[in-house]
Amino acid sequence: MKGLFIISGLGVLAMLAEIFKFKKLLYPLVLIGILAAYVTNFMEWNNNTNIEMFANMMRFDNVALAFSGVILVTAFFWFILANDYFEQDHVTDHFALVLFALVGAIMLTGFSNMTTLFLGIEILSIPMYVLAASRKRDLASNEAGFKYLIMGSFASGFLLFGIALIYGATGSFDLMAIRSFISHAQGDLPAFFYAGVLMVLVAMLFKVSAAPFHFWAPDVYEGSPTVITALMSTIVKTAAFASFMRLFLVVFGGVNESWSMVLAVVIALSLVVSNITAATQQSVKRMLAYSSISHAAFMLMAILANQRGMASVSAILYYSLAYSVGSIAAFTVLYNVSKAKDNANIEAFNGLGKRHPFMAACMVIAMLSLAGIPITAGFFAKYFIFSVMIGTTFKWLIILAILTSAVGVYYYFKVIIAMYFKQEDGEQEVTMETSHVLLLALTTIFTLALGIVPKYVIEIFS
Amino acid sequence: MLVGLLIIVPLIASLLVFFTKGNTSRTVALGLSVVEFILSLVVLFQFKHNPASADLMLNCPWVESLGIHFAVSVDALSLLMVLLTTFLVPLIILSSFNTSYEKPNSFYGLILLMQMALVGVFTANDGFLFYVFWELALIPIYFICLLWGGENRGRITFKFFVYTLFGSLFMLVGLVYLYNHTGFETGIKSWAVTDLYQAGKSLTLNQQSVVFWCIFLAFGIKMPIFPLHTWQPDTYVNAPTQGTMLLSGIMLKMGTFGLIKWLMPVTPLALAEWGWLAIGLSVFGIFYASCIAIVQKDFKRLIAYSSIAHVGLIAAGILSANQQGIQGAVMQMLAHGVNVVGLFLIADILMRHTGTREMEKLGGIRNMNGNFAVLFLIVMLGSVALPLTNGFVGEFLLINGVYQYGAWVAAFAGLTVILGAVYMLRSYQAIMLGERKDSAIAFGSLASTDKWVLYIICFAIIAFGVYPKPLNDLAEEGTKAILTYIK
Repeated sequence: MKGLFIISGLGVLAMLAEIFKFKKLLYPLVLIGILAAYVTNFMEWNNNTNIEMFANMMRFDNVALAFSGVILVTAFFWFILANDYFEQDHVTDHFALVLFALVGAIMLTGFSNMTTLFLGIEILSIPMYVLAASRKRDLASNEAGFKYLIMGSFASGFLLFGIALIYGATGSFDLMAIRSFISHAQGDLPAFFYAGVLMVLVAMLFKVSAAPFHFWAPDVYEGSPTVITALMSTIVKTAAFASFMRLFLVVFGGVNESWSMVLAVVIALSLVVSNITAATQQSVKRMLAYSSISHAAFMLMAILANQRGMASVSAILYYSLAYSVGSIAAFTVLYNVSKAKDNANIEAFNGLGKRHPFMAACMVIAMLSLAGIPITAGFFAKYFIFSVMIGTTFKWLIILAILTSAVGVYYYFKVIIAMYFKQEDGEQEVTMETSHVLLLALTTIFTLALGIVPKYVIEIFS
Repeated sequence: MLVGLLIIVPLIASLLVFFTKGNTSRTVALGLSVVEFILSLVVLFQFKHNPASADLMLNCPWVESLGIHFAVSVDALSLLMVLLTTFLVPLIILSSFNTSYEKPNSFYGLILLMQMALVGVFTANDGFLFYVFWELALIPIYFICLLWGGENRGRITFKFFVYTLFGSLFMLVGLVYLYNHTGFETGIKSWAVTDLYQAGKSLTLNQQSVVFWCIFLAFGIKMPIFPLHTWQPDTYVNAPTQGTMLLSGIMLKMGTFGLIKWLMPVTPLALAEWGWLAIGLSVFGIFYASCIAIVQKDFKRLIAYSSIAHVGLIAAGILSANQQGIQGAVMQMLAHGVNVVGLFLIADILMRHTGTREMEKLGGIRNMNGNFAVLFLIVMLGSVALPLTNGFVGEFLLINGVYQYGAWVAAFAGLTVILGAVYMLRSYQAIMLGERKDSAIAFGSLASTDKWVLYIICFAIIAFGVYPKPLNDLAEEGTKAILTYIK
């Protein structure tokens, strides 16, 4: 909770920096602030007093703290990755926008009221629309921002409508009140309540870009500046999943028969569409965009499994952490390669294994993790999902997930093959600054450590 | 603790080798793999001395809440497989001394990493750990084939990787399914192998059948068994010689070993129900691969197909689920491992000395190098299982075991012996005998390392052909232990 205040304060500070002329100080301040937020987060762990804030609008329990922890760690990594981005014009605006997006993300982990859910989503989304379009002279970036805005507003409309219908049925915005209403009603709920749940589901599926609501994602991911794409596919995704989970595991868990089949179909579609389309992409950035849809489908499986206890929650937590860290590493390499070669196509990676053994090795680990090969974090992530799914009636989804994972290996390995097997063409030397080298080393070690000792994350709630 | 060392030593060795440069890499790698071999001999000695010794077991929790343990131990069966691995890896490294590879530190480091994973697969006593090592073994060999392989390596190694990963994921589902059925009495789920056995037995026939085919798919692809073999010939031919040796000499045994330890005792009902189909596929594979081997022109490709034929017989022996069948399979796994490494080295020597492996272009090499001719002859006779060579014991037991399952199966399986003799002898004839072709003219004397590897292999072929008792006793003991679980 205090973390939320610290990040908000940082955001305000960033807006003041231009006026009071401490732009240079801002970058270290932000890094320190994120660390401080992380530390307060850590100290609030298991500390159950004073967690209900703003007339019970927010509720920072251990689950919320764990997810905001993931977001903060990722944010720290992301700021190291994005140091270039803050050396162009509009520095302070960029800082403020990213920080406010972070505020929204953290809100989404700890909301306990439908209004704070909506607020969180908007606070997260609006800066993201602007950031997507932040390369303002680039047509693709403008297109990305515009598309994201239209689609996002559309989804927000759905969300609001859904919330209204649910309010109409239950008479409350409070999550716990809705939950107890559902359990007392014992199935005797008006039809428009279910319509409301499905509308909220559709809105959330928009936000996590699951098929068939994914059409915006590839264009937005490709058009946005690479670092913003990294932000979208890690932090935004984690936050969206934290809220998705809270809504559908905790609140609507009692009426899961009304949405689980829909969700199962969505997952199946996402797995098939994303993996097959990703396999045909030439641009690595676009490939990562499609693959993020497939990862979303995996995380949705844990929500579908709807396991008692914390199994589903810790599976999602682990998955989002593993995926975020792996993605940050992949985007770091992609960013440096595409900067040097001026394109993000797979050919840009040709011969990287010879030129930059370190960079290539880190990319290999990241790709292995995203593909789910032991002993990387990604393997355990997939394993935990399988293990919560296998007790459900949706075993056919596991088979589908396996088939599509094999396709997934195809496109991740295309990058590896390009790096080690293809000859380099072009003259441009790929260089990397020290901070990025450190970041790569850090994320790679993190990925391997998560894969070797997963218990510190997976047993966090027990 | 000793068994822990068996896994740690190659891991440390591989890390060390990554930091070496140039020719020191291979020397260091060789030295450390010899250390590992000596270590495995110590384990053997300890096992003979006191099989229940605490040195032979290691069990520490990994993810306690999910019942995952780092549990490894050595029993008769796994000891034989470990010995095969630690015996072959130094030979494989030594056989590479006459080829200079780019980035030797990575090459040898990956070989040693592979050794670590292989030893892990053979000693794991925890289903999850087994799976992790199983997958881990795939990564170094993938890179060995990708980085140092032949022409079409990108496409071919990729097919290999996806094929095996695909099978492995099905195995993971099968294992997780078993895991979910453990601990009905205690309420504590566990990955321990004995608990998985118990869970498997508590399932109904239909459930067992699903698990059986899920896991069989993984092993069937790895071995490979017809019709899952299509990745194999191309991969074997395109991989660098040392990669092929690892694949066929040791990695193939992961599949057959898995069949014995991780499938048969788990699903006895499904085995009784579906065994005929699995055996039918294996036996058909023997016939099919042998026929293709006969018409091959490339010697390396011929060995690749012969490997499918051999492994088909091994699988049929295992699936017949009787003492002779499994014991024979274990013996044949050892023999095939040694022989096939010898054969692939010979293919490599031919390539290096004459520039071709096409049998039509070769001929009359015996006149140029009699020494080589004798060594080749011994390896070849070992692989056609002549009495008094190491191949004989296993093949004899195997056919005996398969016969107990069904006479018609044995009749088909017996074809390996005949067809195997046909294609091996024909290839020997084509390469070594007959008129001297142009390619043979430059064939000088062998390099000393090649010679030494072949000497050691020939010694093993003859020694364990004449006196197979020590290995046979261990194989018998291991088989009996497994059979008590199956019955």
